[in-house]
Amino acid sequence: MEITVNGEQKIVESISMLNLLESMNIDSRRVAVELNLEILPKREYATTMLNEGDKIEIVHFVGGG
Amino acid sequence: MFSEEQIERYSRHIMLKEVGGKGQKKLFDGKVMIIGAGGLGSPIALYLAAAGIGTIGIADADCVDLSNLQRQIAHHTKDIGVPKVFSAKEKMTAMNPEVRINTYETWVNADNITDIIKDYDFVIDGTDNFAAKFLINDACVLTGKPYSHGGILQFDGQTITVKPGESACYRCIFPTPPPKDAIPTCSRAGVIGVLPGVIGTIQATEAIKFLLGAGDLLIDRLLTYNALRMKFREVPIRKKPKCPICGDNPTITELKDELEALNVCEIGEAKG
Repeated sequence: MEITVNGEQKIVESISMLNLLESMNIDSRRVAVELNLEILPKREYATTMLNEGDKIEIVHFVGGG
Repeated sequence: MFSEEQIERYSRHIMLKEVGGKGQKKLFDGKVMIIGAGGLGSPIALYLAAAGIGTIGIADADCVDLSNLQRQIAHHTKDIGVPKVFSAKEKMTAMNPEVRINTYETWVNADNITDIIKDYDFVIDGTDNFAAKFLINDACVLTGKPYSHGGILQFDGQTITVKPGESACYRCIFPTPPPKDAIPTCSRAGVIGVLPGVIGTIQATEAIKFLLGAGDLLIDRLLTYNALRMKFREVPIRKKPKCPICGDNPTITELKDELEALNVCEIGEAKG
């Protein structure tokens, strides 16, 4: 199925949000994830299955200045 | 009324229909607080002084270090060892002696931040650690003070403007600070020197637009920038009803220091 991650199309199997982050080598502690415009609580990453057409934004903590 | 010299100094502003003489007067009556006099704080401070913001506060407890000079352009080689707020003030005053600059040689904390920001119209976060970033968000939300969040690391930057009560806040995106040691800092992971120039000038632009009441602020969208790929992206952000501080049933109702987050960037070596 096709999803959009940070504005780019991506073809994935039926996977959870946590699987997606792992497949992208992203440490889930370092990001906030927005699924279809709603920030997803971290505890729901493992149980949230992605659906066709989902729009996902992955935003990193950036703490320097 | 402006003197002839002021009209000349600000002429390129005054000829803009969004500014004009009235707008320049608004800038001169405006008060902006910059927290952090390092990478982000440097271009913010210099441009706001140049723009003729009448009162600028700047807070930082750090002294200039040789390793700062690759990006913290308000500080020069001769300033090594000098408190950053005094070094910054000197450059700002040299650029525009008409601007009043209030220096706060301190780190912000839960006890002092409300007092530090209370007399200002707009606050800019130029700090380098999550404890300060969450504290600034919380203080601005609780006191209804509009502010600009900014962050930089390696080749990545991000910024969003927050109008408390109206738009999404930092905790609508990141409800809690990252766990200790999860995120590297500039002092450990590096930062490309031009990056704070890009993000800091956007933050300064937001302060100027806010004072002018012109254009559209960067609210409800997080602007992210990657210098390596030279890509800007806008992530739409909604004000979250369950946000722990600006939501319908907030769990944070008073300021406290995020002690866990203090360790994220060893405060002792935090170089702004």
